[in-house]
Amino acid sequence: MINASLKQLSQALAGKQISSVELTQLFLERIERLNPLFNAFITVDAEKSLAAARSADARIAAGDGGLLTGIPIAQKDIFCAEGWPTTCGSKMLANFVAPYDATVIRKMERDSGLVSLGKTNMDEFAMGSSNETSFFGPVRNPWDSERVPGGSSGGSAAAVAARLAPAATGTDTGGSIRQPAALCNLTGLKPTYGVVSRYGMIAFASSLDQAGPMAASAEDCALLLNSMAGFDERDSTSLERPPEDYSRDLEQPLNGLRIGLPKEFFGPGCAAEVMAAVQLALAEYKKLGATLVDVSLPNSHLSVPAYYVIAPAEASSNLSRFDGVRYGFRAADYGNLDEMYMKTRAQGFGAEVKRRIMIGAYVLSHGYYDAYYLQAQRIRRLIANDFVEAFKHCDVIIGPTSPSTAFKLGEKAADPVQMYLSDIYTIAVNLAGLPGMSLPCGFVGGLPVGLQLIGNYFAEGQLLNVAHQYQQVSAWHQQRPAGLA
Amino acid sequence: MSLTLEQVQRIAHLARIEISEAEALTTRSHLNGIFELIEQMQAVDTKGIEPMAHAQELSQRLRQDVVSEPDRRTAFQAIAPETEAGLYLVPKVIE
Repeated sequence: MINASLKQLSQALAGKQISSVELTQLFLERIERLNPLFNAFITVDAEKSLAAARSADARIAAGDGGLLTGIPIAQKDIFCAEGWPTTCGSKMLANFVAPYDATVIRKMERDSGLVSLGKTNMDEFAMGSSNETSFFGPVRNPWDSERVPGGSSGGSAAAVAARLAPAATGTDTGGSIRQPAALCNLTGLKPTYGVVSRYGMIAFASSLDQAGPMAASAEDCALLLNSMAGFDERDSTSLERPPEDYSRDLEQPLNGLRIGLPKEFFGPGCAAEVMAAVQLALAEYKKLGATLVDVSLPNSHLSVPAYYVIAPAEASSNLSRFDGVRYGFRAADYGNLDEMYMKTRAQGFGAEVKRRIMIGAYVLSHGYYDAYYLQAQRIRRLIANDFVEAFKHCDVIIGPTSPSTAFKLGEKAADPVQMYLSDIYTIAVNLAGLPGMSLPCGFVGGLPVGLQLIGNYFAEGQLLNVAHQYQQVSAWHQQRPAGLA
Repeated sequence: MSLTLEQVQRIAHLARIEISEAEALTTRSHLNGIFELIEQMQAVDTKGIEPMAHAQELSQRLRQDVVSEPDRRTAFQAIAPETEAGLYLVPKVIE
């Protein structure tokens, strides 16, 4: 049962082979036993989870259940969930109990009847690529506990990889779903910007943040996205589009699919063994009927520099709300109001978050705005235009998700720039607002390699199809870390 | 570009983050490394390129000017560091 797909779990629940309470207990027991090894969860509340499972069972018994009703899931601790501590991985919110539900939580738990197993660990305010910036300690990769799971959705990735949960939510501002999915052998999807509501999802960089599913397969991701996506009037950037069934095209053949290979993603900078695994996957796609087309994203090397202006600028504005007045942490000793702000923020934020707030404050300040912020926004346009041009010649773009497999804990922690460069292949997708996925495509020295798929705007269904077809002829996504029975 | 210690302290003040001299030194070296990365942008000619603020070209939606949310003052103030009589308490700002 612990390795079952969401569809199998759904059938088992519908067929009364297992109840939601039993299924939830099964995963809670694994969390209790195995989570100390990985630190994947910040908050677990068995009573709350079991209460939700009981109401899911009642819904199923009454014939009122949906496809996902009663299936347990792990929620990234960036989503406000009423009555649950919602920390965002920060001391600033260590004592914050959310007074309302994020739209993602409402849709998944209240509407679809998914059962929350708890809140997963993450880089503080989603700022990091290794889960080492969390106030609640680093997460360890189930494939090698001396290595990072990636970030910022590292807790969600480790939880699903170790089968402490059948699936999880993540958020992706510069690669935070795709990179941990790659490093932990999962399938993860960042939708087109605006497809999933940001309401109640603690903001990092609002023009880039997007939530999505992390699971064992593309099919699982499609079912989860069906629950997560949809217009929400409470998010001013939510897109008014008719609802879609993201699993509708899963079984489509790939004959005639044109796969674009950006030469910038196949040059130096990527570990040779990672590239070899990507090439093998491309050969598999040719067997499935796809053709490979060379394309170019000539400005993609500028995505990391532009991102580290735009994301910190937006973060410095978003995080100004943490002032010790209305919620969250407040410093113990202070004199006047200014001192209260300064000490609260000095003590409440960790080093990486402070760095990004300061970069943002600087690039937005008088005299630097044009040279940094506007220049970065112009480069963002160039990067987005590169994709428009590339998609004239291909249907999807494929490359590596991450330039390396999981690195060691502490390996990049002292050098922010080295850490930032672990997202060189993922960031451009956020700047353009496109959908992107990562799926397992092999192992190097026992560590998973991720294949990145990038689609045109609103091509989530197609990406899931392209991933699912590969998963019908490969078994990488079914591999599990050893020793975690 | 290389930030001075005074600039780092000025940025920290703008961001309302208290910073010691020792922290300012470490921060300066990290920020200088990051700005070295960012400086790559300066070599790019972007004349005539419209800045892109957002992934979707959207205009703000309007809604009816009616009350849509219930009164949740008690729940919201229950999570505040310090309140009194329905007000958020902060140090005195007017002498």
